[in-house]
Amino acid sequence: MQLEEFITIEKEGGVATIWFDNKREKMNVVSPAVIELFDELMDKIEGDPEIEAAVFISKKPDFMAGADIKAFTIEKEGDFRPYQEKGHRALDRIERSRKPFVAAVHGTAYGLGTELSLACHARIATKSPRTKFGLPEVKLGLLPGGGGTQRLPRLIGIQKALDMMLTGKNIFAYRAKKIGLADELTEEGKLHQAAVMLARRLVKKPIERKSKLSLADKLLEGNPVGRRILFSQARKMAYKRSQGNYPAIPAIIDCVETGIEQGQEAGYGKELEWFEKLMLTPESAALRALFFAMSDNKKNPYGDNPKKLETLGMIGAGFMGAGIAEVSVTKGVPVLLKDIRQEVVSQAQQQIWQSLQKKVKQKALTRVEAEAQMANLHGQLDYRHFGRADIVIEAVLEKMDLKKQIIRDVETHCREDVIIASNTSSLSLTEMAQHARKPEMVIGMHYFSPVPKMPLLEIVKTDKTADWVIAACYDLGIRQGKTCIVVQDGPSFYVNRILSPYTNECLLMADEGVALEAIDRAFLKKGFPVGPITLLDQVGLDIAAHVTDTSRKIVAGRPGFEICEAVVNMFEAGRLGRKNKKGFYKYNDKGRRQGIDPTAYEFFQGDGKKTLPVEEIQGRGLMLMLNEAVLCLEEGIIPNPEAGDLGAVFGIGFPPFTGGPFRAMDTWGIKSVVETMRGLQDKYGPRFAPAATLERMAEEGGRFY
Amino acid sequence: MHKVVIIDGCRTPFLRSGTDYADLMSYQLGAFAIKGLLTKTGLDPALVDKVAMGNVISNIKTPNVAREAALTAGIPSTVPCHTVSQACISANRAIADGCLEIMAGLADIVIAGGVDHTSDTPIQFPRKMRRKLFNAQRLKTVGDNLSFLASLRPTDFVPERPQVAEYTTGRVMGEDCDIMAARFQVSREEQDEYAVRSHQLAARAFEEGHLPEEIVEVSLPPKFKPITRDNGIRGDSTVAAVSKLRPAFDKKFGTLTAANSSFLTDGAAAVLLMSEEKAKELGFTPKAEVVDFVFTGQSLEKELLLGPAYAVSKLLKRQEMELKDIDVIEFHEAFAGQILSNLKALASDEFAKENLGRVQAVGTIAMDKFNLWGGSLSIGHPFGATGARITTTTANRLQQEGGTYGLLAACAAGAHGHAMLLKKR
Repeated sequence: MQLEEFITIEKEGGVATIWFDNKREKMNVVSPAVIELFDELMDKIEGDPEIEAAVFISKKPDFMAGADIKAFTIEKEGDFRPYQEKGHRALDRIERSRKPFVAAVHGTAYGLGTELSLACHARIATKSPRTKFGLPEVKLGLLPGGGGTQRLPRLIGIQKALDMMLTGKNIFAYRAKKIGLADELTEEGKLHQAAVMLARRLVKKPIERKSKLSLADKLLEGNPVGRRILFSQARKMAYKRSQGNYPAIPAIIDCVETGIEQGQEAGYGKELEWFEKLMLTPESAALRALFFAMSDNKKNPYGDNPKKLETLGMIGAGFMGAGIAEVSVTKGVPVLLKDIRQEVVSQAQQQIWQSLQKKVKQKALTRVEAEAQMANLHGQLDYRHFGRADIVIEAVLEKMDLKKQIIRDVETHCREDVIIASNTSSLSLTEMAQHARKPEMVIGMHYFSPVPKMPLLEIVKTDKTADWVIAACYDLGIRQGKTCIVVQDGPSFYVNRILSPYTNECLLMADEGVALEAIDRAFLKKGFPVGPITLLDQVGLDIAAHVTDTSRKIVAGRPGFEICEAVVNMFEAGRLGRKNKKGFYKYNDKGRRQGIDPTAYEFFQGDGKKTLPVEEIQGRGLMLMLNEAVLCLEEGIIPNPEAGDLGAVFGIGFPPFTGGPFRAMDTWGIKSVVETMRGLQDKYGPRFAPAATLERMAEEGGRFY
Repeated sequence: MHKVVIIDGCRTPFLRSGTDYADLMSYQLGAFAIKGLLTKTGLDPALVDKVAMGNVISNIKTPNVAREAALTAGIPSTVPCHTVSQACISANRAIADGCLEIMAGLADIVIAGGVDHTSDTPIQFPRKMRRKLFNAQRLKTVGDNLSFLASLRPTDFVPERPQVAEYTTGRVMGEDCDIMAARFQVSREEQDEYAVRSHQLAARAFEEGHLPEEIVEVSLPPKFKPITRDNGIRGDSTVAAVSKLRPAFDKKFGTLTAANSSFLTDGAAAVLLMSEEKAKELGFTPKAEVVDFVFTGQSLEKELLLGPAYAVSKLLKRQEMELKDIDVIEFHEAFAGQILSNLKALASDEFAKENLGRVQAVGTIAMDKFNLWGGSLSIGHPFGATGARITTTTANRLQQEGGTYGLLAACAAGAHGHAMLLKKR
């Protein structure tokens, strides 16, 4: 790669402006070839006596998107180290240069983008809501490998640096200024000029920074005893949150501590050592694969030129309907939000308005923008203007008769070419389609609750659904910011289907007498964001009871399956879970969870006194889920393992570090998965019999990927 | 010259000042009207060439309120917007601006209307206090600040009461109307009867669905409880009841009362104007076409509210038409006394000879064509928005009642008049 393919230098009045503009990629991503360029660049800047200072700035809409993860392949320790050492040296040269460097940041500065700016002598950023710093490596099972673990804590303090690196969260402009990550803020149009002026000032006098730490933080971070407490607390908390499933987390803490206590040299050494180790972990491999699958997912598999659905008619303004409306109006899709009760419409508007106000407060949105988004939402009680809708999504009660009625209404009030989508999670799309005048226009758009937070959209097609309809819905899902998978209609589709034998098995264990909290704990330990019992309380036992009915359909005729009726009985006894503060757990007045409600055991044969090894609890739930996922693949419910993995991770929080059920089986070995199942089969009966595909793969030594 | 057609119009519910809209800013109210018009007509906002809004009580934060209103309603920033002010005919002026641009071929699609939010009337400090505060911007030292503080007097803090007063004459409009009513021999009883008629007709028009047809529902944060009706209409009002009220302006000899005068109102209205070709191209069915319009000016001393008489006379003369050719008539009702004075002026041979350059009276207006869905006295009068309401109502009445020509007219502070002639499509 030539320097000119990534960088152009402009000199004016003693200041060199180094423009990043990667000619080969849409974003400024740093590949090994780019790292090679930095020595040449630094020679040019340092060797030119006319240049007194330099500014890094991007010609693209974003500053720098970080390292090109795909370009860095590594098979064994030692493969990566040379690149990283080169990167460290380049950043070190910037930091030690006698000529001041200023990073002028607009748009995203992720990973190396943030780390490069940290090596500079000052950072100026734009106030734009698009501008954000971040070290998201942890999300890929890695650590900030460009000196981030060393420079960041020295600039903004240990606690804030750890928080930023362990969560990988975005730091927007105003926050960056507040914590000292950005020295100055300016407007987008003034960025270059202001950065040059700042660089000139730095030539005369280096920047003076006042510590932004509070007195308490200064005391804690300023002495070795305080720091020892701090690091040990950080480790404990991180362990609690990650259950030890993410090796990158202790690695990051280790790098920071080493750098602070033993000096930067030792710190950089740790960074090199750990980065390579992490690159070789299956956790990082799985997380990176997920990340790539998610990025590839933005490409519409059903065609490059889908019909753009402009206006959404949303029927049902309950919590789901409001959520779907919110992710639409905020992305510029006008919504006609219809319900039969005015209070429900008003409630939905309140919900969306509050969420927009939060963004206004965070300065991520101006007041007029928020009001304009709100104006895109038209609450109504009738079908007025529905003739304009390109797609109608219904999120009404899960009753087939009602859904059929709505299909008839939509056919009366909407155009001929309207797509009729259902947000049902349990009813048959095929049955709905049979009822429609044009079955090819009927599709499932299964969102997950709460819609603005949950990243997945499960698009459900029937045998009749037209390809252009799927393509258009996929496109809408992408615009709503969702990761989409397309699945075939069948009881509970994919995501809820793999969930149902898992939760059922957990309830059966409770029937056998295993303590409810022990079941939750086992799966938290395994890496699930919530345990199955908590999950049931959260979704609500009314819905869970309904799902139990569907579960019966799924396992009907399969040997050895019995359905635990506990949630149905609990629902009939008036326990709805968190929503009426009466479920498996106890809740205080504010709705906070208090611990298992002992009266929940009245609905089980067991009393919670029996103990079972954690591995056995995990195995029983998990193996049934994996097996069900494989059955879905066999039956063509999901098109491929990628869709299965994305759906499980983003739909139900299947432990992300495993990469999803299919990659997990690859990692653990199909053979060993099958052996585990056989072991459980011997003990608990034929419901644990491995799917035919697994048996075959175990024999032939196949893999899903 | 291109022909201008009116596709549709709408307005927010008109609410008495200080009620449910009290916490809004005027641009938000304007946005509801524009957004409502877009929703009602289904027009793609990107196709709009221009937005013009009338406004009287200007908020100093949004002097060009049309801009903020349009942006909030989702009109792209590439569409230019301007705000005009001509007292109670501000929206008529905005609509006329839109018509002129379309007629000249400078625009094809214009949203024109107006907004006023009298709940948010800017209240000023007295002049000498404003002067002190203005100078205070330049204070630097502690000493400067201390001497500024020392210069303040208690009277500096007494705010100037905002009034709808004529700057040239120093009189509030009600006083002028009282004088005019006396001049045209309009009795208190006639005024009260007219006011009651306005309320009863408006209430009936609401029940019959005519007013709901022009209203777009407004839901305000944080509760989003929809507001769907005007809150000034009193269908149960009777002459007996209103005749008990004391005069509001001239307490001794006056005939104007709170009941026969229009009240302070918050609201916004907008109409969608298009060139005839564009409407055809996009498949819109117009409700009416704009045939002609005039603006007039009169003596501020004697004829402050006689604009309609002058404007109607001028317009009919230009079009070589007579009152009997008109099927639908809508006048802005500032005061019952003002309406009745204008009707008498139009019917007077003497007035016609002396003031209108005619040999005989313009004519007697048939009350069965006149303001049949109520008027500003009952529905309310947000100064900058009323013109767009009347335009919408005239077009809608033409559609409902099936006549050919519709005439609308209004008076305005500053002694201005306006009249517009619409033809049913």
